[in-house]
Amino acid sequence: MMLGRNANSIFWMFRYLERAENTARLLEAGFRMAMTRDEFTSQEEWRSVIQTAGMRRAYEAEHGTYTGIQAWNFVLRDRKNPQSVLSMVENVRTNARAVRNMISRELWETINESWMEVRDLLSAPVQQTQLGDVINAIRREATLVRGAMEGSMLRTDVFNFARIGGFIERADNTARILDVKYYLLLPTLSHVGGSLDNIQWDSVLRSVGGDRAYRWLNHVGVEAKSLADFLILDRRFPRSLAFAYGKIRSNMASLAEAYGEETDAHILLRDIDTRLSDLSVGEIIDEGLHQFILGFLSDNQRLADAIARDYRFIE
Amino acid sequence: MSEFFDEMRMPEGEVREAYADYDKWFWQQDASWLRKKAKEAEGVFRKTGITFNVYGEDAAEERLIPFDMVPRIIAAREWRSLEKGIEQRVRALNAFMHDIYHKQEILRAGIMPERLIRDNDAFLPEMVGFNPPGGIYTHIVGTDLVRTGPDEFYVLEDNARTPSGVSYMLENRETMMAMFPELFTRVGVRPVQDYPRRLARSLAACAPERCEGRPKLGVLTPGIYNSAFYEHAFLADQMGAELVEGSDLRVVDGKIAMRTTRGWRAVDVLYRRVDDEFLDPLTFNPDSMLGAAGIMDVYRSGGITIANAPGTGIADDKAIYSYMPEIVEFYTGEKPKLKNVETWRCSDEDSLKYVLDNLAELVVKEVHGSGGYGMLIGPAASKKELREFRAKLEANPQGYIAQPTLSLSTVPILTRQGLAPRHVDLRPYVLVSPDKIDLVPGGLTRVALKQGSLVVNSSQGGGTKDTWVLDD
Repeated sequence: MMLGRNANSIFWMFRYLERAENTARLLEAGFRMAMTRDEFTSQEEWRSVIQTAGMRRAYEAEHGTYTGIQAWNFVLRDRKNPQSVLSMVENVRTNARAVRNMISRELWETINESWMEVRDLLSAPVQQTQLGDVINAIRREATLVRGAMEGSMLRTDVFNFARIGGFIERADNTARILDVKYYLLLPTLSHVGGSLDNIQWDSVLRSVGGDRAYRWLNHVGVEAKSLADFLILDRRFPRSLAFAYGKIRSNMASLAEAYGEETDAHILLRDIDTRLSDLSVGEIIDEGLHQFILGFLSDNQRLADAIARDYRFIE
Repeated sequence: MSEFFDEMRMPEGEVREAYADYDKWFWQQDASWLRKKAKEAEGVFRKTGITFNVYGEDAAEERLIPFDMVPRIIAAREWRSLEKGIEQRVRALNAFMHDIYHKQEILRAGIMPERLIRDNDAFLPEMVGFNPPGGIYTHIVGTDLVRTGPDEFYVLEDNARTPSGVSYMLENRETMMAMFPELFTRVGVRPVQDYPRRLARSLAACAPERCEGRPKLGVLTPGIYNSAFYEHAFLADQMGAELVEGSDLRVVDGKIAMRTTRGWRAVDVLYRRVDDEFLDPLTFNPDSMLGAAGIMDVYRSGGITIANAPGTGIADDKAIYSYMPEIVEFYTGEKPKLKNVETWRCSDEDSLKYVLDNLAELVVKEVHGSGGYGMLIGPAASKKELREFRAKLEANPQGYIAQPTLSLSTVPILTRQGLAPRHVDLRPYVLVSPDKIDLVPGGLTRVALKQGSLVVNSSQGGGTKDTWVLDD
């Protein structure tokens, strides 16, 4: 048992951490793509990165054009961008500070030190030569924080809320990336087995850190169906929707066990997870990938709301 | 030599007994190694986020209180006499609180003027006739002491409201033990690390009579932007108490309850770090978001213990302070063991004249002020500042008291040039419960880092030191 407000802070702390990391991956993939393109397509690539990150409106209020340096600085550190990586990292730390009496010293110090590092790296506009370091620092923060949590936190409700927050965000982010890029699938979905624009798909896989993993599992070239299968249904891949939901299920089960009861959120969760287990990728594509993702995003949001309500995150 | 009493060295340069072991150790150390250690300490504080927020600056600004690694050492005998004096004073304070909220015998006896109570904003009519659980008003007191000579300790302020800084006492000790473990095997220092456990015990002993089972403790914080948030979180953590904000609380079945992931759970003892004014929007400031609506009703019906009790701020009034020798004598029947600083009440015409005539030599404080804000240190003030303060005094004499500029004792700090004396004060922390007055052997030593400065407040550039009380 813990304060509802603190459960909310822990939950969001790990959502923000996950979002910061995923945003950094997205930038990394975008940067690689832009390097290999001419100026026009490079612009298109940055537009796509900004859109995938859900920052298009805010960006276009600030800038008329899409250039790399503008785009990554906007995503990373612009004060006018409430979703910037810097704000996310600050949110992680602010939430951690609010619950620092409930998290291990090791976890708090890892978060605090990482925050200091990222803050310093983002204190001035990021030049092209520094972009790699910045992205690495953000990814490292996420890895260190998760590691500190794994290695030092008691397996109580605090831990469970942290994990649930992180995986809800991860599922959301993977689904969004797929949704923005799904149109790339369209021309090839009709002729089965068609090979895709490798560079484009490589970029999608890189955005979720899955380029090598995909190749290990699929020896042939990138194929539309198997790619959707990998990102949505493959329970071996830690950023797939099904993987995230498996984890949410086990952490929600721990909560139910500790508290001695299930809540409405548990019922909703079972429904969503069952769909992910029962559907085949063929059925998903027949139903329409875009429709499927929209449905999933809305379910995911409903689950987050139900958890917040059932566990009294707010009054 | 200097006109100030140095706690480490006698005027001839000989080291005082309390510092003998430390001094021996110090000279065996390499100076550059010590300076490296000092830098390390700062890194540790920064990393662990032991910071305070400064009001009036960028909201996100978190600052470190500078830590000096030379300990402030108090001999066992000195501590014993301080301890007796503080106990006596704290007992008198509680009796005084009880009296002014009940029969007001001290006023009837003509010992202090009625208006000091009646016209005082810190006096809460809501507390009149009410008996707080266990009869305790000031559960935690942070008595500010200054020293001017071998056996000359003065109480500067009583801090009966919500004294802060105890987390620094604990962290400073942790830091010293981590940096110089061998020092603690060579010098017999009494431990302070069990303060949180003692605080929890003391608070639990003050639980309401109605409370069944182990009392549930909560620490009420104004939130993460409060200057002392780190300390609130630290104490809650160490005590195993919940750290709550006003928005977590509401009245449920005649108790104050907190919103948990499993529903509403009652709190029995609330260690609040929120001022009276913000405690209950239904009773005090209606705009307050920091308190719990209805908590005063619950309190008055015996459903919760609030520590410290509402209305104790009256003892922090500097005009009341000036009557402390009389207060001690009135309630304990004993002569005060600790000295009060001589205080001129500017409300008094003769005193006001004296203060105005001698402004450049005096320290003038606002009656309701704290934290070193809004005060004048005559000897350090410019002509312009003196002129401005004179005008303030003349416009509102009741609002001020004046005291002589005390020759605060010095303790060395480590500077680039080696050890250099700086002025210090001392704040021990006193825990009060029905069965005992519990004083942790140590406290917070604040040190003015600027040469010659007498202002030790962290908000004004002061630092802290680990404070050692020696074993017999």
